Amino acid sequence: MKPAPFDYCRPGTLAEAVAALAGQPNAKVLAGGQSLVPLLSMRLAAPALLVDINRIPGLDEITIEDGGVRVGALARHAAVLASPDVRRVQPLVPLALANVAHATIRNRGTTVGSLVHADAAAEMPVVLTLLGGSLDVEGPSGRRTIPADELFVGPLESSVGHDEIAVSAYFPGLAPGAGVAFEEIARRHGDYALVGAAALVDGDSVKVGYLSVSDVPTVVDLSGVADADLGDAALAQLEPADDIHASAAYRAQLVRVLTGRVVRSAREGAR
Amino acid sequence: MTEELLDVRLSVNGHTHEIRVPARRLLSDALRHDLKLTGTHVGCEHGVCGACTILVDGAPMRSCLMFAVSAEGSEITTVEGLANPDGSLGHVQQAFVECHGLQCGFCTPGFLTTITAGLRDNPTPTHEEARDMIAGNLCRCTGYQNIVKAVERAAELGAS
Repeated sequence: MKPAPFDYCRPGTLAEAVAALAGQPNAKVLAGGQSLVPLLSMRLAAPALLVDINRIPGLDEITIEDGGVRVGALARHAAVLASPDVRRVQPLVPLALANVAHATIRNRGTTVGSLVHADAAAEMPVVLTLLGGSLDVEGPSGRRTIPADELFVGPLESSVGHDEIAVSAYFPGLAPGAGVAFEEIARRHGDYALVGAAALVDGDSVKVGYLSVSDVPTVVDLSGVADADLGDAALAQLEPADDIHASAAYRAQLVRVLTGRVVRSAREGAR
Repeated sequence: MTEELLDVRLSVNGHTHEIRVPARRLLSDALRHDLKLTGTHVGCEHGVCGACTILVDGAPMRSCLMFAVSAEGSEITTVEGLANPDGSLGHVQQAFVECHGLQCGFCTPGFLTTITAGLRDNPTPTHEEARDMIAGNLCRCTGYQNIVKAVERAAELGAS
């Protein structure tokens, strides 16, 4: 349970961090480390170099931009969750963040780190996908924006290049008259969800995103579906899998139940 | 391979320590092995159990999920730093004694640090908030009832 040896650097600027990554193809970026450090300790990952970005100024900013929320790479979950601006502009972000692990983990872990970790059982990748957000990354050839639907490509796999650093994530704001909701079922408080669902209802448009159902965050369009048929309509587009935590049949049942709940709740909360 | 050692300066419970450790030294191990502050316990060592919880600039964090080198520049508080300056027990510690909030005591340091910060942020928790405050810490002995009572008792002691 101890990490394998690695080289360590703590650059003071983004340019230095990008240069450090460029010099070592087997490097990892360390922000909050709440997913990375366990992977290192269990030796599921053994990078040659760790680039600690925690001392780069300005990366922890949370700003309101073009009616949405931009979250910097060093903004801790706890800071995003506590931000009144974020709650006002996109309430789905704090609704989901309250389900991310425990408060102690949220004090250190970063929202952008959770996105880059690209765990299909995590909350924030689903939120970013459902809202049609994006991730800004910086690499040797400059900055680029990756739309959420091109970001999550497989289990724990994002399309961020090994020589790129995620700089910020952008969550579009909630349109007037639209509503959102989030709910998940976990065996234990703070544990990974067996199934989680996030809803975005805007007039006739109804979309629901799911975590822990597929290998990647999955959003289904349920516009025009009668309330009684929501769960079955969602399942027609999903294939819940078995694992040691839950059977496929139980996951399907949770999809049915949660889909109805989050759509109803998002409608009721529409403003 | 000879592993490179880094000079790391840690500020723990108001004292500055200089240690020479590899980059991969977990903060929990640095506290216990290098600084001999063995009050911080290591249970699962992957962030689940909460026994190793310390305060980093006042906020509870898992010391097993941080590297010692990353903690440079932060003020760390361990369970050894929770007693009053005269050596008597702090409110949270006193409440654990009064409410029988521990049996084997292995998880206790993590609970004490977590609750200390929790009551600082919310000095008058409801019963539900008291339960939520400790939801990230595991105890295999007590069944939690007396720990929840200890949270509420510590809030009383803090208010008096």
